[in-house]
Amino acid sequence: MGAELMSNDMAEDGYISDSEAFDSVVQVLDAVRMAPSLVVQSDRDQYDALLSIVDPGKKMDSDKEALLVTALKALTGAVSKIDIIFHGSLLSNIFAMRIWNYGVDARNALLELITSLAAVPDKFLDGCLHMLVSNFLPPERLLEFESHPRFVVKKKEIHKQLHMALHYITDLVPLAPMKLKEVIDRSMPRCNDAKAKIVVFVECMLGVQTDDIGEFLGNLLMAKVVDLLTDLDVNITWEDILQEEQNKGIFDMELEDLEEDVDKDGKDGRKPLEDNNRAFKGNAFAEKLDGLMVVVCEHLKSRADDGRLFQEFGMLMDIFKRSVLKLHKSKFAQFIMFYACSLDPDDCGVKFADILTDVFVDKCEDPTSRMSAVSYLASYLARAKFISPPVVMRILKRLVDWCFDYCRFQNVQEKIINPKFHQVFYAGCQAMMYILCFRMRSIMDYPDLRSLLFHMPLGFVLSHALDPLKVCLPSIVQEFLRQAKAARLFNASVPSIYENSLESELSKAFGGTERLDMFFPFDPYLLKDSDRFVRPNFEFWSMVKTTYSNCNSEEDDEEFDDLDAPDFAENIGSYEDNNIGFESEDEDDLGYSMNKMSITPKPAFQFPMATDFQIPSRMPARIRPSVSPTW
Amino acid sequence: MDGLTTAKADLTVYVHPSKSNKLADAVRKQLSSLLFTYDELFDGVLLSHKISFQSNHAKILHGLIPYFGVKVRAKLLIFSPKPNMLLEGKVVKLSKESIHVIVLGFTSAAIMSEDIREEFKYKIKHGAGCFASSSHKWHRIKVGSMVQFAVKRSLKRCRD
Repeated sequence: MGAELMSNDMAEDGYISDSEAFDSVVQVLDAVRMAPSLVVQSDRDQYDALLSIVDPGKKMDSDKEALLVTALKALTGAVSKIDIIFHGSLLSNIFAMRIWNYGVDARNALLELITSLAAVPDKFLDGCLHMLVSNFLPPERLLEFESHPRFVVKKKEIHKQLHMALHYITDLVPLAPMKLKEVIDRSMPRCNDAKAKIVVFVECMLGVQTDDIGEFLGNLLMAKVVDLLTDLDVNITWEDILQEEQNKGIFDMELEDLEEDVDKDGKDGRKPLEDNNRAFKGNAFAEKLDGLMVVVCEHLKSRADDGRLFQEFGMLMDIFKRSVLKLHKSKFAQFIMFYACSLDPDDCGVKFADILTDVFVDKCEDPTSRMSAVSYLASYLARAKFISPPVVMRILKRLVDWCFDYCRFQNVQEKIINPKFHQVFYAGCQAMMYILCFRMRSIMDYPDLRSLLFHMPLGFVLSHALDPLKVCLPSIVQEFLRQAKAARLFNASVPSIYENSLESELSKAFGGTERLDMFFPFDPYLLKDSDRFVRPNFEFWSMVKTTYSNCNSEEDDEEFDDLDAPDFAENIGSYEDNNIGFESEDEDDLGYSMNKMSITPKPAFQFPMATDFQIPSRMPARIRPSVSPTW
Repeated sequence: MDGLTTAKADLTVYVHPSKSNKLADAVRKQLSSLLFTYDELFDGVLLSHKISFQSNHAKILHGLIPYFGVKVRAKLLIFSPKPNMLLEGKVVKLSKESIHVIVLGFTSAAIMSEDIREEFKYKIKHGAGCFASSSHKWHRIKVGSMVQFAVKRSLKRCRD
């Protein structure tokens, strides 16, 4: 009678009052609230009619939708009459409804019904939450229009409504977030799902995080997103990235860098670039990761705009330490930390570096974590444009001091060193050298930092019996020594030329099975859509100014190369006595070279072999001949 | 408020060996996982706990992962409402059929219209619903007011 009453009345007056609809629905519900065999057939028919109005599978025209709105409003008033068993089919219909299919009125009515159902103690909360979470995603047929502007607008509207509904439910039932955690866990897309599905769901999820109820959920949602990111990440192989034909633009530049990096770092994890004709290997995972990174970065940006980034950053650090730090196969997921730091360099950026250093020096942490942390630190300080040289020096000082203390308390008797025993030390040394390869030149531009650098016991550490120069990755050692030589960082005690190998057995030994000796987590970013977040703050090797390079051209280097001949050092023996007290083990007192970093060459330059001058003068390779004075 | 009780319990908490250097934290975390859930042992919802260690020794379990059992004496605050107890709660939602209340900030209750005293009638004032008493002019129940009610029936929640 309920549906017939309603449709009859509508036929008669064109509308039905709320109270009439309510009464008829209550009647129907009451009539069915008994064992099925006792229900009168006419009541059963009315109930079925109600079911046909509230039917998720039906296509609705405007009339049917208006009827639906009335029915939903009536049900909202009668939630206390709904029984979980006797009205099971009605409930399953309600919970299966997709709000994406309906207009504004029906959506509002449906959401109001859901929130009222959730407020009934202990009965329908699970079902309601499940219904809301499954509505994070649109129906399959709409997913293809994911990038369409109208779809984007509708999506934002619906997500906002869903967040409000969840918020309202939490106001009424304070412990709802606990159940919500479980529901989201069950419904979360996996890494094998379609890209659109993953992206839309995670966008909505992070919207929940932004809402007030995010406080109750803590870092749970973000942790799940990071888990998904890393899942996708470890499934990408290097071949997938390098084979991407259509991304020639970015990749060309990247490949350049890759080439340089291969020379510099000897990373043999990347296949040779000539091998581009390998079969295209399905980079679906890379695309999904790309899309997801865009969503996460935009979320971080919106948090930064709200001024809540620092709060969120604490959570991010916990998640990073737990999930990402020890994951050595991840290539791009860690860049969310990079981006978060770039949004707030002074607080978050510095905090990240400090926490990584803390992990490195902490005796209680396991060696793998410590080695990972210092690799992260090195790669981060090298690549982050937004970290200023004073901060870099402060962190570097901590590293050097730790290595120095480590060396002092080593009593190395044996000739043959087992790199495995001192792996944390070697990782620290390699990190120091890597950072200086990128940053030495910029540090030299600050006089106080320069003097700090020269006063560090770097030479002592590197020429210690533990022989880090032999054990660390040869390409890094080579580059570092080259720059140190140009900057006059050390004197002869630290050898300036090393054999030209890309990697050695010893570095493999200290790196272990995970090859932590070749772990540079913030190497150039290769995903195209999300690249726009990373690129502005990323330092490419090709852009780095080294101490031996000249702004004008490379030839100047060669010109002054003879002056930098190694035997030169031996000829200036006299200065050592005159200079700062050299009796200490500290061999880094080359303060004299700071004076030499000037544009004006001394007259003595013309007489390189003369040894009767107090202050030695060696033309640093950075001199531009065009500014030489007339003499 | 009825229904709140404190209890002392002697518990054994099993801790994973990796947490052995931060024992107090590990034990607290384990106990905290029981917070705001109904526990049959305590016959109520655990609201807060305070622990003290009974001894320095712990027995290690046999098995693949050598968990060890730490004996703990805990002071617990438990909420276990029984029928006919009087509770207070804040009103969050009013409708003709029911008043929804939040008790102690974490649990919700609904008072059905048939259980509300006769004198209260549902009215809509200034756009919001309220229950106004017909006998006392200024006695009104609105969203945000505190009400006292007797427990009719408490549904025990199981941990899923």
